[in-house]
Amino acid sequence: MSEKTILQIAGLYKRFGDFTALHSIDLKVREGEFLAIVGPSGSGKTTLIRLFVGMDEPTDGTIWLRGQRIDTVPANKRPTCMVFQSLALFPHMTVGRNIEFPLKVAGVDPAQRRERALELLDLLRLPREYYAKRIHQCSGGERQRVALARALAFDPEILFFDEPLSALDFRLRKTLEKELKDLHARTGKTFVYITHSLEEAMAMSDRIAIMRAGRFEQIAPADEIYSRPVSRFVAEFMGEVNLFPVRADDDGVIRADGLALDPAVAARLGLHAGEAGTLMVRPENVAMVNRSDAGGAAPEITIGGHLRAEYNLGSRLQYEVEGPSGQRLTVETLRENRFGGAPGDAVTLGWTLDRCHVIHGD
Amino acid sequence: MERLDRRLGALTATPMLVLLGLCFLAPLAVVAGFSVMPSKVFDLWHQPDFSAYAELLRQGYWKSLAWSLGMALASTLILLVLCWPLAYAMAKVYRRFTLILTIGVVMSLFVSENIRLFGWVLTLMKGGLIEGYLRHWTGTGFDGLLYNMPVIVFGLVYVYLPFMLFPLAQGISMVPDDARQAAADLGASRARILWEIDLPLAAPGIVVGCLLTFVLATGAVAESKLLGGQAVIVIADEVETAFTYGQDWPLGSALAMVLIAIVGAIAIVGVNRVDLDAIMGRRR
Repeated sequence: MSEKTILQIAGLYKRFGDFTALHSIDLKVREGEFLAIVGPSGSGKTTLIRLFVGMDEPTDGTIWLRGQRIDTVPANKRPTCMVFQSLALFPHMTVGRNIEFPLKVAGVDPAQRRERALELLDLLRLPREYYAKRIHQCSGGERQRVALARALAFDPEILFFDEPLSALDFRLRKTLEKELKDLHARTGKTFVYITHSLEEAMAMSDRIAIMRAGRFEQIAPADEIYSRPVSRFVAEFMGEVNLFPVRADDDGVIRADGLALDPAVAARLGLHAGEAGTLMVRPENVAMVNRSDAGGAAPEITIGGHLRAEYNLGSRLQYEVEGPSGQRLTVETLRENRFGGAPGDAVTLGWTLDRCHVIHGD
Repeated sequence: MERLDRRLGALTATPMLVLLGLCFLAPLAVVAGFSVMPSKVFDLWHQPDFSAYAELLRQGYWKSLAWSLGMALASTLILLVLCWPLAYAMAKVYRRFTLILTIGVVMSLFVSENIRLFGWVLTLMKGGLIEGYLRHWTGTGFDGLLYNMPVIVFGLVYVYLPFMLFPLAQGISMVPDDARQAAADLGASRARILWEIDLPLAAPGIVVGCLLTFVLATGAVAESKLLGGQAVIVIADEVETAFTYGQDWPLGSALAMVLIAIVGAIAIVGVNRVDLDAIMGRRR
């Protein structure tokens, strides 16, 4: 992946009547990267992708592809391509004719078209016999691959995906996620992938852009988004999390409801006098410290509570703990570290400073 | 249980079968029977001699048949081209207006076809709405627009428009929007989308619309009588004449059988040509 920008948008607005779907969006997509745009439904991500491929026109703002303005170019003249949520395969054509469609449009001669289609079947690991199959004879996973092959036949500058895996069952989705990541590596194309599933985004992408209510909340690599979210929204969107409001008084004394916080530790949280924030810690970074075999470094921050429930997640165990002010806290541990307590037991939770993160602002 | 269900199912279908047998198949069989009877007999108890068919060939009835089929074909093609944009708009563009349009078109069917055609006669005739006003304003008139072949085709187009419009709109509504968008996204122009996506995917509607209008227009008689005068004699007119003025039931029956055979063959070919299941993407 290079640092070169392939797609850039600036000040992009989209309004539908009174509703503003996109509020002055800026984004740079790097050449060859796998960027995932993640957001809950209604956050504007599908609107955004429709603007990228030209199915809609922005109310305001500009889109550049390799420095060329494309926001005024109609969809069929843009060198971009999208894999639809519904896949939008042509039901009346065979697999081969589906894949060849963009080549036929481009005026490639039939023999070359066929050859390229067969190559793409190989690339997508579909048997060559599928060339003559009809779409309705293909399974869900095979259709995904056909849709991908068709998009790749177009040889787009950027390939957009509008949640194409969302309709598939869990196992097939996991398989295709890996295949897609692998395909990205092999083709070297720029992929922009829209999804509401953070897991999917984490599994595949180089960078993740979190969208909320028509704006980008954070754009960063997956690890950074996971461990250093910029807002409560991102923190909560990225899986289970424990959040504690913290506030530094004007005289610099840190107040955190229910947390046992050593002043020396509190000083290292990085809160300025008079500043409010949220202390975030992921469930897998929290330990039950009243166990004899707690292990690891001594916890620097602790909180007391009562065990409410234990959930078996398979590879891990999850505990629900009620904090001192009734808040719901979550702890996760590997199954070999089973806590073994009964609901109602008093527990103390603790973690080290380097395992938590402070989100600045209210 | 399943067997009982099936039996009950067959049983509940009986009234319809009896009705169809009595009202559709039986008259058809009678016509078929008469068509092979000797000339000008009025019962079926004669030695079949197929003389009516020979008469049919000798008398040059093929001309009327050709006119009927030709005008039906012309009006079907005109209707297809005419209705496509409107049907497209009804299926994909208009929202509430589709309902208004549908009601409007259906309402026109509430008025008898003959009365509507007379309306056109008054409009197009010499001294009618068009010619009369033209003469009033300019001082020069012409012979009116009636009593020629094109005006019959116009009448057919006018009368059978709903039979093309609604199946076509239904067919177009079956074309998935995302398939069209995907085609555009892959670089296809509007013309190519029409040719490679819209037309094949709307084919069931196109076939049904074309068959309906073609079959109805082939058997149409009022348009040629009212608007066309004696400009062209259509086959249905010949059938009627044979049965009434001619008092030659076998000849009328033979003409009817030929018409039924041609139209039936076209319908069967048309329906078979379109692989409905494949287009709908249904598994077989």
